[in-house]
Amino acid sequence: MSLQFNNEQLTEFKRLVARYPEGKQKSALLPVLHLAQDSFGGWLPTAAMDYVAVLLNIEPIEVYEVATFYSMYNLKPVGKFVFEVCQTGPCMISGSENIIAYIQQQLGIKPGETTKDGIFTLKLVECLGACGYAPMMQVGKIYREHLTKEKVDAIIAEYRMQVAAQN
Amino acid sequence: MGVKLLLEKANVPGIRTYDVYRREGGYSAAEKALKEMTIESIVEEVKKSGLRGRGGAGFPAGMKWSFIAKPEGVPRHLVCNADESEPGTFKDRYLMEFLPHLLIEGLLISSFALGSNDTYIYIRGEYAWVATILEEAIEEATKNGWLGKNILGTGFDCMIHVHRGAGAYICGEETALIESLEGKRGNPRIKPPFPAIQGLWMRPTVVNNVETLAAVVPIIKMGGDEYAKIGVGRSTGTKLISACGNINKPGVYEIDMTISVEDFIYSDEYCGGIANGKKLKACIPGGSSVPILPANLLLKTAKGETRYMNYESLSDGGFATGSMMGSGGFIILDEDQCIVKNTLTLARFYRHESCGQCSPCREGTGWMEKILQKIEAGKGEISDIDLLWDIQRKIEGNTICPLGDAAAWPVAAAIRHFRDEFEWHINNRELSQTSNFGLQHYADPIHVPA
Repeated sequence: MSLQFNNEQLTEFKRLVARYPEGKQKSALLPVLHLAQDSFGGWLPTAAMDYVAVLLNIEPIEVYEVATFYSMYNLKPVGKFVFEVCQTGPCMISGSENIIAYIQQQLGIKPGETTKDGIFTLKLVECLGACGYAPMMQVGKIYREHLTKEKVDAIIAEYRMQVAAQN
Repeated sequence: MGVKLLLEKANVPGIRTYDVYRREGGYSAAEKALKEMTIESIVEEVKKSGLRGRGGAGFPAGMKWSFIAKPEGVPRHLVCNADESEPGTFKDRYLMEFLPHLLIEGLLISSFALGSNDTYIYIRGEYAWVATILEEAIEEATKNGWLGKNILGTGFDCMIHVHRGAGAYICGEETALIESLEGKRGNPRIKPPFPAIQGLWMRPTVVNNVETLAAVVPIIKMGGDEYAKIGVGRSTGTKLISACGNINKPGVYEIDMTISVEDFIYSDEYCGGIANGKKLKACIPGGSSVPILPANLLLKTAKGETRYMNYESLSDGGFATGSMMGSGGFIILDEDQCIVKNTLTLARFYRHESCGQCSPCREGTGWMEKILQKIEAGKGEISDIDLLWDIQRKIEGNTICPLGDAAAWPVAAAIRHFRDEFEWHINNRELSQTSNFGLQHYADPIHVPA
């Protein structure tokens, strides 16, 4: 894994920084960390944070303190697909506990763990703003809503097929 | 059917695109504002409309605008708060997802009125696909001359930038949002100075909620006075309510604030009644931080009057017997729901989201979660209830930002109205693990610890 943006990613980096006035490039830190996470395998190793610090001309500590504050940045490796299941009030009263238990059983992992094949990670998260479509989870950049056991089965199968197709 | 000002066109096929939005009369308010109105008259119309901030606090929007400082040579900024993170709230997402141009039009008019040449939409990081929809809409609007340089030949320049957060409830608080937009941790600032004086990059800044800014469009279209005629009292115009929990029709509804809570829950036009033929137990009417109310106090006030879906009526009785309109996140709990468990998940949420700056919130939210966990697991003592009450009181009002209050209120209200359910949990350690308290509290719904 090379910890440098390719040309396409660098273009995106420049687009992100251009949104802010000159000298305020630190404002791009959150969007740039998203870009780094997406570019470097779904998580932020220290080397990636240091690279972002150099790009934005700020101290590494300014990147670390931000990366550790926000819940969307992964500070350790994750699977190809991260199931982030909401467990807050509205999802809970709509049956999220059963869904969480079912996912654990189907994948054979506990929250915070990754399957041995490296395909799935399970994370429990707090309210994602989909309370009317509960229970739900976020996978990458999309929401999977109105979850049922059948739907969970279909989603797992769908991602397994995606991985198989790539291999 | 109630009046629809924001979602009227939400079901028009293709309304997400510029062409359809424009064909349906879109950007006519922006045209009117930029070509025919002065900055002062736009602010005046918003003031006359009585529009109150739709994010939760309900502060008059026009007044907030009038506070913005205008020092010579210093740029000003409008920031749209799209960090929607209060559990139960998903109305802004709906608006941005289906009517992105309505928000862009509202932002353009508001940016013009405030003199913001660079306007930012701070959207919660998880709404990644919504951010893409907004960026596409901005691109279309720019291509068609509604954003960019010298808009409509007025000499006004404006660009809107979408900025994704990265998962932090606290960034919905306006000064934390500004910190986050500056690329820092979302630690709220001590006020004063208020953002209107020193906000983003220490420049004068106004932060408004998505729905508030979208509402500027109908206000300019119809005039502030006409807008103010809709609704009742100081609850003018329409409000988006995101309804969820144990109801037949969860979703986002636009109401004109004259409808009763009972009609909202039971009519087919809105929530369609409680799901699975169950009974209504309780409701959190304005997002998870506002006080939970048992069914009897929800449908009628303590004085026995009908309760309505508006700012004044929902807060009738204060925190003793009322609640708040808040963000419009309307969470319904049916007879099978356990108040202790529900309160526990909310306490866990606030502990997770506390930024850690102020000790009462950082420590208190953790304590509340642990004690609730203990009671929920059948290991609680009666004295734990008083301890919980004591902790929440010591958090409330003792923190830099309102997250402390937001964490304290749900716990306080749960104990206030459902103390007997907490006691039952503690006194029936084994039974409480397999069954729930149900609707027993109706006999004596109000308990205020001394």
